[in-house]
This record gives sequence, C-alpha cells and structure tokens, in this order.
Amino acid sequence: MLSLKLTGIPLKNPFILAAGIMGTTGGSMKRIAQAGAGGVVTKSIGLEPKSGHSNPSMVEVDCGYLNAMGLPNPSYKNFQQEIDTAKEGGVPVIASIFGGCALDFSQIASAIHADAFELNVSCPHAHGYGAEIGTDPTLVEDITSAVKNTVDMPVWVKLTPNVTNIKSIGLAAQRGGADAVVAINTVRAMAIDIESGYPILGNKFGGISGRAIKPVAVKNVYDLYEALDIPIIGVGGIFDWKDAIEFIMAGAQAVEIGSAVGNNINIFKDISSDIEAFLLRKEWTLKDIYGMAHQE
Amino acid sequence: MDPERHLWDGASRMKPVNAVITEVVEETPTIRTFFFETSFDPEPGQFVMVWIRGVDEIPMALSYDNAITVQKVGPATSALFELGNGDSIGIRGPLGKGFDLMPGHILLVAGGVGAAPLAPLAEKASSVGIKVTTLLGAKTKEELVFRQRFEKAGDVLIATDDGTEGKHGYVTQLIDNNENCSQIYCCGPEIMMKKVLDKVLPSKSQFSLHRHIKCGLGICGACCVDGLRVCMDGPVFSGDVLKKSEFGIYRRNECGERVKV
Repeated sequence: MLSLKLTGIPLKNPFILAAGIMGTTGGSMKRIAQAGAGGVVTKSIGLEPKSGHSNPSMVEVDCGYLNAMGLPNPSYKNFQQEIDTAKEGGVPVIASIFGGCALDFSQIASAIHADAFELNVSCPHAHGYGAEIGTDPTLVEDITSAVKNTVDMPVWVKLTPNVTNIKSIGLAAQRGGADAVVAINTVRAMAIDIESGYPILGNKFGGISGRAIKPVAVKNVYDLYEALDIPIIGVGGIFDWKDAIEFIMAGAQAVEIGSAVGNNINIFKDISSDIEAFLLRKEWTLKDIYGMAHQE
Repeated sequence: MDPERHLWDGASRMKPVNAVITEVVEETPTIRTFFFETSFDPEPGQFVMVWIRGVDEIPMALSYDNAITVQKVGPATSALFELGNGDSIGIRGPLGKGFDLMPGHILLVAGGVGAAPLAPLAEKASSVGIKVTTLLGAKTKEELVFRQRFEKAGDVLIATDDGTEGKHGYVTQLIDNNENCSQIYCCGPEIMMKKVLDKVLPSKSQFSLHRHIKCGLGICGACCVDGLRVCMDGPVFSGDVLKKSEFGIYRRNECGERVKV
C-alpha cells in the first residue's frame, strides 16, 4: 500500500532516514532500516576525514534542534564498509556526499557504491561547502551534471532554504540532470547563553531543524512542486504521520525524517501504520494525495 | 509509543543550564571533583554534557547528585581545571540510561576515574541493604579514587599497577569467584572492561561506556557502538549486548573512523 518507485529505486515505504542522523556507522543505519525505514541516507561523506566543529554541536531549543556538526566524516575512502553493513538492513542506502567543487563530488561518487546519491549543497555552516555552493544556481547545475556524468545511479540534490528563491536552485539541479530534489536542509539559526553572552554552538551559529521549520519546509516543497518536473523529497520537522501527509499533499513523493528519530527510533514503523490507517479511512492512495494541495 | 519517554526533565535536556562551582576537591594528583550549586537528581551511571564556554562540551559521569569527577586528559579538561569556586559552566543533563540496580550481592569493578559513576551506585545500593564488594584499581596508590566512599558501602579490594597498594597488578586479576554475585558493574578503560566482560557471565554484568558524544540527544549517531547510541541507549549496557558488538575491538574517533581499542 505504501510501496513506490522513487527515481527508479523501489521503496517499501516513502519514509527515509535523513542525512546526518544515525548515519555514521553501518550498524546504526542497519538498525534504522530494521526499524522500518523505507531507505536510509548516510552522513555526508567528503574527500578527507573531518572532525567537524567543536562541541556544543547540537542543542535542543524551545521549538527544535540547533546544530553545527561541521560535516564530521571518515572520508569516502573509509566509508564503503559502513554502506555495505547498512545494506544488510535490506533497504536502499543513499550516499550523501559533499565537496568544494564539481570535481570533488564526482571523485567521491565514482568511488562509492550505493543505491543513489544525495548531493549536499545545503549544509548551512561549513565554510567552503554546502550552502556556500548551494545558493549559486550555476554551481549547483555544474555539480549535478558532473555527478550525473560520472555515475549511473540516481542523483538527488538536497537544497538549502537559505535562499531568496528556492525554485531557481531546484531548476538548476533539474537542468543538471538531477533525478530528484530534497528540500529542505536546516534553516540558519543561533542561540546565545544569557549567563555568559557566549553563542552556545561551538561554531557560534548553525541550522535549526525540528518542529520550527516544518511550515517553512512545506512551503518550499509546495513551491518546488509548481516549478519542477522531477520528484521532490520533503524533509524538515516531521514528527508524526500528519506531518508526513502534509508534505505529500504539498507535493513530496517521499519524505525524510531526522530530528524526530532521537526520541522515537521506531518512528518509521509508527508513521507507516498510521498512514495506512489514514488512507484506508479516507479511501485514498498515496497517489491520490500526492500534490493534493495544488488543486484549484 | 510515547515519543517523550526518554525525557526525564525537558528543561535540563535543552540548552545548557548555568552551574556555579561551589567547591573543588583534589581527589588525586590528576583527578578533581567539581561540586555545583545545582543538583541534577541522576540515577547512578547517568551523565551530563559539560560545556566549558569557549572551549568544548564533553560528556562526564555524575559522581554525586551535584558533582562531576574529572581526570585532566585534554584541552577541555585542562580548561576545566583552571576553574574554581564561583566560576560557572554549562550543563545539559542528566542524560542517558544509568545502572540497573539488582538485589543481592553486587560486585563493582572500577578502574581509575571509572570509579566516578560507581561510587554513587555503591552508596545507593548499601542504603537499600544490598551487599556491595568493590574491586578498586589504579596506576598507583595516590591515584585511587573514592576509596572511602566504597569502604563505607561495603568491602573493598585494591589493585595497583605498580604495587604501591593492594595487589600488584590489574584490578581484573582480583575477579574470581564472582559466581555468587547477583550482578557485576564495571567502569574503567575499555581494555580493562573487555577483560572483565570476558571473565564474567555477560547477562549478569553492566558496563558504562565512553565514546565521542556530540549531540547527547540520540540524534546524530556519532557515539554509536554498532547501532547502539551510547548517549541515549547507554552509556550503561548489559554485557550480553556488548558481547556481540565492536566493544573492546574498535571505537570511532571524532571523524567516525574506526580506531583500534
């Protein structure tokens, strides 16, 4: 009832583990796969091992989670074994990759075996990477087409909401040959410790995820649906099945879940069974509600 | 399923709470206890994220309701050692799952600063009539931590690497006849804990693990031992869970690379 084919990849359900969540070890991705996710996206992997920003790298705030991990990763040279372990979970594994230029991205993509790639051109707090690239349509198009020309696997491009017009970046990805876009990454944010005046995050600022950004994400998905021909994967503040339904109605073919995994590792199973019940009650299919919010 | 089930106290899990240091006790030449005016009401074995502003945030076991006991090992702990009465740090916690206290006769195995989460466990156990035996180990006599707290709670056997007190050797060499113990609780260097795990019945043992913890919220996955989150599913794990894991074989550095233990 929930199965679908997304950019050519068969998924048992459209609820995917988001990048940067439980994605560093093969064992953790396997655990999430076995806990009911339709697919898992790895931690973003780069050219060289990177320790990331100093702690605090993530704190909970009133309306979500603030983070500046700083792309810690063991490099693609040490990561295939983790993907192989994750594959034992029995669901597609999507490798999130990042780099400073098109060449970095294609070098990593050519060396990694995964079911698809998610290009991280949207991390809001890593100098020289992520959103510093993802706000420039020309770079996004170049990087996307470089990776598409390097690998045969589907390529998803994860977009930053920290732009004036996300449609132009989405269109650039589409021109570059992206098979899908993923929206959104975190929204730039910071918090200050009033006892000392210090910014709380080690990197001083970061991005906010969680409940606060859901309406922002829904609007971005809604806008991208109007502009693009390729599928959109929605992400940002999904904590229960109703959140996921909103994204699908806004125009997402699938959704990714991140922050909510912390307090409920079984969220994928919970959302799957709740949405099945909802669709049965309404006598709808996933196809019926896909983009439903765009009706006249 | 209750999505909030891991939340004991929403406020303290969130942004760091300002904790003013009221007393610093020099336990050994390398280990100090920092007492705060704030109490955290932890279960023994739970930890807090300690933010030394402008430097780093590191996980530390609570050694009292209102204190952490820290060994000076790196930049963050060195910066902490610069602080004294009236200074403050940021604290998130208590976090994670602590020791599961079993009735009967329990055996505690502590190596070095690993005594920190075990001392409150010994006190809690003896206060409810559970018999406690502690095997306390350190490099040398003057590095033994919380000896008096363990002696107040029950029997104590000592081992030092250099033989300056008790058995000359490792604390793991003191473990025999543990069949009569209802449960074994262990904290110390991973190599030592692995030796303990190999000597006892895994299902009757609990270990407090140390890993690089970033979020402390069960989200980022940086501290995972295979699929287990040390910050959320642990830091205390049962021996039979660890038996089939990477524990004692490799850990992850800050980049997530595997490093031999």
